[in-house]
Amino acid sequence: MIPRVLVHPDDEALAGALRVKVDDKAKGKPMNDNDKDAFRQQVREWLEANCPPSLRTPTPEDEMVWGGSNVGFKTEDQRLWFERMRDKGWFCPDWPKEYGGGGLSRQEVAILEAEQRRLRCRPPQINLGIWMLGPVLLEYGSEEQKKRLLPPMTRGEVRWCQGFSEPNAGSDLANIRTTAKDAGDHFLVDGTKIWTSYGDKSDWMYALVRTDSQAPKHQGISLLVLDMHAPGVSVAPIHLISGKSTFCQVFFDGVEVPKENLIGPLNGGWSLAKKLLQHERSAMSKFGEFSLPTHFHLMPLIQEYLPQPHTPADTALHARATACAMEEAAYNLTVQRMGEEGQAGQDVSGLMAIMKLVHTEQERVKFEVLLDAMGYRALGWAGETFTDQEKAIDKAWLNSFTQTIAGGSSEVQLNVIAKRVLDLPDAPKGAKP
Amino acid sequence: MSLVYSEEHRMLADSARDFLTERSPVAAQRALRDQEDTLGFDPTTWREMIELGWSGIPFAEQYGGLEFGMKGMGAVFEELGRELSPSPMLSSVVLAGSLIGAAGSVDQRQDWLPLLIQGEKRLALAVDEGARHDPSRLSLTAKRESVGYRLSGDKVMVLDGHEADGWIVAARTDEGDDDVSLFLVPAGTSGVSTTRLWLVDSRNVANLHLDNVVLDASYLLGEPGRGKAALERALDHGRVCLAAEMQGICETLFATTLDYLRTRVQFDVRIGSFQALQHRAAWLHVELALARSTLMAALDAIDRGAQDAAAQVSLAKWKVGQMADRVGNEAVQLHGGIGVTDELNIGLYLKRLRVAQASLGDADYHLARYAELSQE
Repeated sequence: MIPRVLVHPDDEALAGALRVKVDDKAKGKPMNDNDKDAFRQQVREWLEANCPPSLRTPTPEDEMVWGGSNVGFKTEDQRLWFERMRDKGWFCPDWPKEYGGGGLSRQEVAILEAEQRRLRCRPPQINLGIWMLGPVLLEYGSEEQKKRLLPPMTRGEVRWCQGFSEPNAGSDLANIRTTAKDAGDHFLVDGTKIWTSYGDKSDWMYALVRTDSQAPKHQGISLLVLDMHAPGVSVAPIHLISGKSTFCQVFFDGVEVPKENLIGPLNGGWSLAKKLLQHERSAMSKFGEFSLPTHFHLMPLIQEYLPQPHTPADTALHARATACAMEEAAYNLTVQRMGEEGQAGQDVSGLMAIMKLVHTEQERVKFEVLLDAMGYRALGWAGETFTDQEKAIDKAWLNSFTQTIAGGSSEVQLNVIAKRVLDLPDAPKGAKP
Repeated sequence: MSLVYSEEHRMLADSARDFLTERSPVAAQRALRDQEDTLGFDPTTWREMIELGWSGIPFAEQYGGLEFGMKGMGAVFEELGRELSPSPMLSSVVLAGSLIGAAGSVDQRQDWLPLLIQGEKRLALAVDEGARHDPSRLSLTAKRESVGYRLSGDKVMVLDGHEADGWIVAARTDEGDDDVSLFLVPAGTSGVSTTRLWLVDSRNVANLHLDNVVLDASYLLGEPGRGKAALERALDHGRVCLAAEMQGICETLFATTLDYLRTRVQFDVRIGSFQALQHRAAWLHVELALARSTLMAALDAIDRGAQDAAAQVSLAKWKVGQMADRVGNEAVQLHGGIGVTDELNIGLYLKRLRVAQASLGDADYHLARYAELSQE
């Protein structure tokens, strides 16, 4: 499941960058088995004592806790779990203690994560800052930036959003036109960002901006962080065909951004963007682990809505549905195979490159079959006549269209497979289609 | 559960590939076709395959087998696919061998399995009667008589059925209309005749005619009217090996097609630079990857004796079949005019895929079977 909250723009070069393996150099002293067992025991006892039993279940989408200045809790347990993990430094267990992290080694983090999975602990909070910007700041930020930006993240005080896509920079992300002009001690930012998830609820944004309009388009881009409450920033939610969405368009009208908010080198933003998206990938996999997938099981629904005995039309529909279920089984087996091949040290980049494409395309076909089988029961938009599930299926069908577009459209995925996996030649420069 | 080949499986596949490219390359299959060889395979090469131990892979040591599982067999069948190499491996070893293993009495297993593994005897399985594979549609009957059974009827699409040393014939008896009885009919039995079929892939396939064939009860494989489960199991072993063969064929076809896209120049550019063709090639990569996962899952399910092994086999034969249609068709189309000439091997692969697709249940058959098995 590709979570909707973590949609990144569709650029092909960036989608390709996702294939680059995140550096997994072991950090910290290697632990022997006794150390590991002792640490595991310690972690297990702490989690069992501190994670409220009500939060040892999958997280429905409307019960996720988003860290930030206006963090909200539906239950007292959620608050307790949030505060306990925060005080332990385990929002960011592998970050250095000096910035508010837990200071754990990579091996210790692996044990902590395994124990959290074992107990089925919900994530105490979700925050793009920690998952995506944080690791890039740790690697490329100045000492001053780390001291200023990281500790509030580790306390869950700031909610971050991502400013990448623009109306004219979707699949061609490097085409961004939001400008940051040098105005002495600050940049003056003008332009707009689109498809910003939770732009209306976020405190800060990390954004790609154009700092050199003369340079080739990949070389005039910088990474800035900016305050969403600053004068000149306005946000408009986007309504999708499926109804309300978490997406927003963000407008910048002469926004003053202090120079110290430039991350990494001036005009060096493109390579940082690639790094960010690598972290997005690992974040997405964690997210998928924790969240309750909004998943509709096809065959039981088909049985429910197709009356017995089947007419010839029912039989044809049933065969289409079976084919969908079999394709889904093939996909799930491929996910599993990729994991096993990865563990065996084999190159899985060829499999990784198909995952997003296959899953999102399959989902769309699945909803089409489901809609056909359910007839008018799947067409209800509102009202008491339709069950919540029926209305949810309706919305999920419409939402399935966003999935084959966002995060690298299906066509971009195919380009990536053709060029990077199959090694097919590039089109000659200047060739007319 | 494991969806990857072990190091040992990979070594087996590597040595099989070396052997086949040397001793049984596609050119040899082309020659067999051009000579209208009635046996449809080269007995010398078959003997060498036996010496390499391939025929013992799935069987227990007590019969001279290697106990290397269906995954070992799958690894070999992928390689047989790559070189289109014909042999009685599927008919005599996988189908007949599995069936005797599953349905035969202790004595029958002792008598027959070593003979099949050592290649001393070659058996073929006779199930189909209609144009399309469907083991539930049996009408050939074995009438009980005072001393045994009298069999009359026709079987079609008997793989390697021509010049076999015997046939295992699935029939209905009075013991249970819904179930199956299996008869081991030796060559030379009065009333049995075969017609060698010439199919598009030139392999040995025959129709079998039984005209008042009288057999005593010792020719029954196992108990009368109790053969259905064993038959399904043996067929599943054959189906997954066919899927492996098709996967091997398609990976070869895809590699050949990619090479062509990378080198063929039209409009002054390599045609692989055209996005319209790139996307089609990328989809083939996707389909091959998905199909392989189902193949590995089916091999694994059989080796584990998993409860859902039959469903996994149907999933694999279906998915590999879907993929093979697409890869075969695209391989021809993307090669253009040269793709429809007999000079290229593409056509040989395409024809073999079509026969493998129809053998032991096509994609539609296995879709329906999967749906049925999933509801149980």
